[in-house]
Amino acid sequence: MSKLTPEIEKLREARRAARRRRPARAVRICTTGCRALGALEVHAAFERELAAAGLTDKVALLKTGCQGICAGAPVIGVDPEGILYLGAKPEDVPEIVRTTLVGGAVVERLCFQGRQGPIPKRVDIPFFAVQKPLVLARCGRIDPTSIESALADGSYEMLERALTGMEPEAVIAEITASGLRGRGGAGFPTGRKWSATRAAPGELKYLICNADEGDPGAFMDRAVVEGDPHAVLEGLLIAAHAIGARQGYVYVRAEYPIAIEHLKLAIAQAREHGLLGDNILGTGMAFDVKIKAGAGAFVCGEETALLASIEGKRGQPRTRPPFPAQSGLWGKPTCINNVETLANIAPILRMGGAVYAGLGTPTSKGTKIFALAGKVKYTGLVEVPIGITMNQLVNDIGGGVPAGSAFKAAQMGGPSGGCVPARYLDMPIDYETVKEVGAIMGSGGLIILDGATCMVDLARYFMDFCAKESCGKCPPCRIGTTRMLEILTRICAGEGKPEDIARLEELGGQVKKNSLCGLGQTAPNPVLTTIRHFRSEYEAHVNERRCPAAVCRRLIGFKILPEKCICCGRCAKACPVPCIAGKIGKAPARATEQDRENGKVGEPFAIQSALCIKCGACFDICPVAAIEKK
Amino acid sequence: MVRLTIDRRAIEAQPGQTIMQAAQDNGIQIPHLCHEPRLIPTGACRLCQVHVGALDRPPVLACATPVSEGIEVVTESPELAARRKLILELLLSEHRVACTTCDADGECVLQDLAYRYDAREWTYGTFPHSEPVPLNYTSENRAIEYDLEKCVRCGRCVRFCDEVQGACALTFDSRGIGARINTAYGRPLHQSDCELCGGCVRVCPTGAMREKAARGLGRRKDLTRVRTTCTYCGVGCTMELNVNPRLNRIARVTTEPGMGSNDGNLCVKGHFAFDFVNSPERLTKPLIRENGSFREAGWQEAIARASQGLAAARDQYGPEGLAFLSSARCTNEENYLMQKLARMAGKTNNVDQCATTCHAPTVAGLALSLGSGAMTNAIGEIKNVQTLFLIGANPTEAHPIVGLEMKKAMRKGARLIVCDPRDTWMARHAQIHIKHRPGTDNMLVNAMMNHILAANLHDQAFVAERCERFDALCENVKDYTVARAAEVCGVDAELIRRAAEWYAKGAPSAIFYTLGITEHTCGTENVQNLANLAMLCGQIGKESSGINPIRGQNNVQGACDMGAINTVLTGYQKVSDEAVRAKFAKAWGGALPANPGGRVTDFIEKAEAGELKAFYVLGEDPVLSEPNQAKVIESLKKLDFLVVQEIFMTETAKLADVILPATCFAEKDGTFTNTERRVQRVRKAVEPPGEARPDWRILCDMSTAMGYPMNYVGASEIFDEIAALTPSFGGISYERIDKLGLQWPCPTRDHPGTGFLHKGRFTRGKGLMHAIRHRPPAEEPDAAYPFMLSTGRTLYHYNIGNMTRKTASIAQKQNENFVELHRLDAERLGIADGGLARVSTRRGSLVIRAHVGDKVRPGGLWMPFHFVESVTNKLTNDAFDNITRTAEYKCCAARIEDAGAPRA
Repeated sequence: MSKLTPEIEKLREARRAARRRRPARAVRICTTGCRALGALEVHAAFERELAAAGLTDKVALLKTGCQGICAGAPVIGVDPEGILYLGAKPEDVPEIVRTTLVGGAVVERLCFQGRQGPIPKRVDIPFFAVQKPLVLARCGRIDPTSIESALADGSYEMLERALTGMEPEAVIAEITASGLRGRGGAGFPTGRKWSATRAAPGELKYLICNADEGDPGAFMDRAVVEGDPHAVLEGLLIAAHAIGARQGYVYVRAEYPIAIEHLKLAIAQAREHGLLGDNILGTGMAFDVKIKAGAGAFVCGEETALLASIEGKRGQPRTRPPFPAQSGLWGKPTCINNVETLANIAPILRMGGAVYAGLGTPTSKGTKIFALAGKVKYTGLVEVPIGITMNQLVNDIGGGVPAGSAFKAAQMGGPSGGCVPARYLDMPIDYETVKEVGAIMGSGGLIILDGATCMVDLARYFMDFCAKESCGKCPPCRIGTTRMLEILTRICAGEGKPEDIARLEELGGQVKKNSLCGLGQTAPNPVLTTIRHFRSEYEAHVNERRCPAAVCRRLIGFKILPEKCICCGRCAKACPVPCIAGKIGKAPARATEQDRENGKVGEPFAIQSALCIKCGACFDICPVAAIEKK
Repeated sequence: MVRLTIDRRAIEAQPGQTIMQAAQDNGIQIPHLCHEPRLIPTGACRLCQVHVGALDRPPVLACATPVSEGIEVVTESPELAARRKLILELLLSEHRVACTTCDADGECVLQDLAYRYDAREWTYGTFPHSEPVPLNYTSENRAIEYDLEKCVRCGRCVRFCDEVQGACALTFDSRGIGARINTAYGRPLHQSDCELCGGCVRVCPTGAMREKAARGLGRRKDLTRVRTTCTYCGVGCTMELNVNPRLNRIARVTTEPGMGSNDGNLCVKGHFAFDFVNSPERLTKPLIRENGSFREAGWQEAIARASQGLAAARDQYGPEGLAFLSSARCTNEENYLMQKLARMAGKTNNVDQCATTCHAPTVAGLALSLGSGAMTNAIGEIKNVQTLFLIGANPTEAHPIVGLEMKKAMRKGARLIVCDPRDTWMARHAQIHIKHRPGTDNMLVNAMMNHILAANLHDQAFVAERCERFDALCENVKDYTVARAAEVCGVDAELIRRAAEWYAKGAPSAIFYTLGITEHTCGTENVQNLANLAMLCGQIGKESSGINPIRGQNNVQGACDMGAINTVLTGYQKVSDEAVRAKFAKAWGGALPANPGGRVTDFIEKAEAGELKAFYVLGEDPVLSEPNQAKVIESLKKLDFLVVQEIFMTETAKLADVILPATCFAEKDGTFTNTERRVQRVRKAVEPPGEARPDWRILCDMSTAMGYPMNYVGASEIFDEIAALTPSFGGISYERIDKLGLQWPCPTRDHPGTGFLHKGRFTRGKGLMHAIRHRPPAEEPDAAYPFMLSTGRTLYHYNIGNMTRKTASIAQKQNENFVELHRLDAERLGIADGGLARVSTRRGSLVIRAHVGDKVRPGGLWMPFHFVESVTNKLTNDAFDNITRTAEYKCCAARIEDAGAPRA
């Protein structure tokens, strides 16, 4: 244990200075995830308008990471009022400056629209009400490219505490007491992983942050690295202290360029502040971090494949034993933690393991970030205590399924996960319960499905993903996923055979049992859970050649209901074949005598089904829902 | 020992062994496709799942799970069978089930397992297969065919190429169902880093990787496997010739781990270079020169003519009038008969073989220093060497299987020091590469010893106890400071110091050298100096520690052991020793000659001088292999009578009066002795072509016709005679070496053979240290010939090339002579990489392709000597070692100039 060093004093002084400079009046624009929806243009507009209004010095304009409610991109926070503006365009900026920053009033049309009208303040918005942001606390508040911004918000305080007041064993004890489980998906107790690596013999140990977030729809790790990279570094440093690692890697997918950019900056800044290197904060601790950009293979999120990839080998998993804690990167003891796991470390030390363990359920402690997506009103990133119900997530936070449809199921855990049907809405979401119904917590991807989703097609989609992402090393996964995909494709095409469902179950079970790594061991989950909970949909496909959700093209037909057709002809125009014929004019039912005389009466349009390619263009364009799909 | 049960059988295993290894050691076959004993477990095929403990717990992989005390392993259960069947059916769903036409039928693991688990090929749909094989990286290659549709993606080939061979030519490409084997960037195999070792074929569990040339030549049940010893370099790999008796053809070559020192490995020559056996160019009838050309003759006439010619020279000119060149390519038995024939029928000690061309300085130098001239350690000891000291050796090309053993040591953390003027594979992978000027070895070694003595790193107890003339050594190396050596050798002084320290401190260190040391005018001195270095540091006479010449030919060790040398009889019993002569005279029924005899290089000079009149050449081609070809031809033409016993019409044979068609290694029985002194069996696998006869039979007939009757029923009888007359071979018999050879000395029937030499005591008693001065090469670069030319071997060809060059797949890899030169020199002289260059020496000139790079030093040139159409030995210098008359192939002055643009 080290004493206070001059370097720590210096860091503290830097933090105090940063806090003194922290602005009260600030506009925070998410420019990471929201960049795709014009956040940078909005930021530029703010720069212009603030200058024009002479407010440049009075209002701090911050580019932040994700603020959570992605449905409202670009998301703009205005402080100190705590106002949240959603979906603003550059042309809205003058009004915001004029009304809010100058006038002190709210632009209501850009606020969250609640049931009883606009809700200007973030704290009042139901989307945030149930959340418990520990990991995401700084995300969306600080400027992730500025270490001062992070320091002012408490970054590295827990590292200081660990280095000055806690033996490695004490850190591990605290993490063990917190009950933290790996947030990457498998849920292995972090404290146990750390003790195993600490106990492994060897001078040189590696610590790896797994930021190879590959599940379609999951983006919490990306948000953390982009929005608060120092949280990852602080977690790594504390972990390195605990397990005695000398070298760290962040394995981040190349598809996350902003994350890589922010992380690079953060590493450089941390090094400048003596937080990385041979003598960290003057305590004699040596640790450094390198970034390794992955090349886009899903399987490289699997830890042994990730190790191979860092070593410059083909990203393929290997069999265990030996476990990475004994023989990992280049044969040295290695600890691999996911981004969210590492970002939990400082909050745990801050609140104490016991308090943290008070959050969540008896077996699943703390908070979990979910990427809420799909057929829900407010999509985005939410951090909630584990054990919250699906109902709370979907309805209280997500605002429910949009009108006109109903919640059918939630797909949890991406391609490795499964579907949780509506009857489990009140199920608490924790590692064990989710597993019982056939899904997994996984990394926290949560896709809400409504009646318009065909479960067979969904299973086919995920199986296609897994078959393409299988590394090809072991036959059950390499061939098994492809054979399952073939069966699913056949069923969706209306060519299913009576024995196909049983074959999928048998094959799926064997692929799970026999595969080498987590990819293959979980790849059948979407299929098996949809069969389990939605068997009738499979049977309809196979036995009746019918897709109940009217999604599988080969099994559906479009028909124009003549009594509803208004003879507008848009369907015929949209038809790419074309196979729709009729006459534009007034609908016969509504035509007047005069129309008849003037020859302005149309003829209802009709589809020549033999030619129809079932693209659905007519269905989508029809203004009066005169086209039936079934 | 760890005790466990497998299928209720109590067994004991080594700690650290996997369940798979323990099971295999006990004859329990756990199904697998990806496991291979030489490779790191990968757990890919999932077939080796076994229960440990309760049957309802998830099974574990036998290949990756270490044994532990008391576990109960169950290898078969309904659950495991269901799992295996599923995996096999998935594999079959994409497999071209074409066992009817598959070369691997009967030795295909997939076939066997599918049968065992009743896996059907149609359960998960049949795959639309293409015919012929879909194009891939092997399509244009002549050696190996990869059939994706028979591949189970076990990755054995990729891992072998990486983990054993270190070539890293193969990789997996694509992923998921599209995963397949490929080269980097999909380059054709022969343009990739592939070394054609054939390892991918040997480890493939199905018919996915096969030799193209073996297509249709037989399946497992059509082939007879004949265990024999490779006919190429001195490593002496144990291999099995897979012979189709119906076709009298060798279909392919196989070998298995544990079968010999090569432990399942072969190089390109062992695996692929046997097409010569069946070549239409083989000699099939005796030929007699008549009116300037050859005519076919019967054996009786040919033997009569040949014996008369030899006997006439003997009778007219005495023992110096005729000479016999025995062959390191032939068996021990044949070499024994040849020297017996020379001495008893020819009545002369003028008998030699190609050791003079290569390792004679080893035999002489080590005999002087230590008392016996052979590799002191066994090949199997190499993997445990901690500091490998290579000087003038290029094992990955010239002795590839020894190279593999060194790679094993390196993987275990051994340090590698390479002293070589050229960037060999080993040099590129060495921690220390001393790229010294050719011909400065003694300067370098003396400086190392100077530094070792100065730093007090020598093994004083060892020197005091086991060596003599230490003072002379100390006195001698005083002048050889590291600074001076750095200057003369042209290398960094620090490297010399560090190499000396590492070698001295290595625990253990071992020296390996080959012809880079011996083929010098100071060759014997070079060898003696390496012996000095080993003795000084006490790095000899221990397991994995010693001085190791790696012999060049399959049986050059044996040819020397058999007394096909003018000065010694079998087992290095000195001709000059009265008692020895008496013993042999009694056994052989006649007096032995007492003339001093000479070496092959002497024979050529004496022919030139008109003193040698008749010459009997057995399986050698001095016209190609001796230096200064023009002079060799001129000399041989002066002979009255030349007999050549050969398998091909060689350049020497073209000068002969009688040519006798002989058999190659695959057509006769006998023994070869490899570089580690291991006497190993050679077995007849195919019938010889035409009227060709085994050499031992021809020698018997010849001797009989010359008046000294020889009669043996077979090779075994000859060997027993050798064993009876040779103390170091006394305990060896065909019966004892049926499976695995024995390393001499093996004096008695119950002696296990000798792994490493000089344990506790040198053969000569005390090790003799010599004061060796540095002497420059006979010819050094000057204004007219400013380059230093060295010659050597490549991986793909063997010596004069008349065997390896018969294999098309090897020709595709390397089929023409070339010269390596440094890019700075090339730039200066305007020579393009791949362009033609004229290389000239005072003796001749050749136009060949230039390989420009930085393998050689600036001012250096390097050429192979495998190409009859472009004879490198037209250029080499006929200057000889002062003791053994070995030529200085490694150094001569040369000139190089541009000779044209690259061919299109």
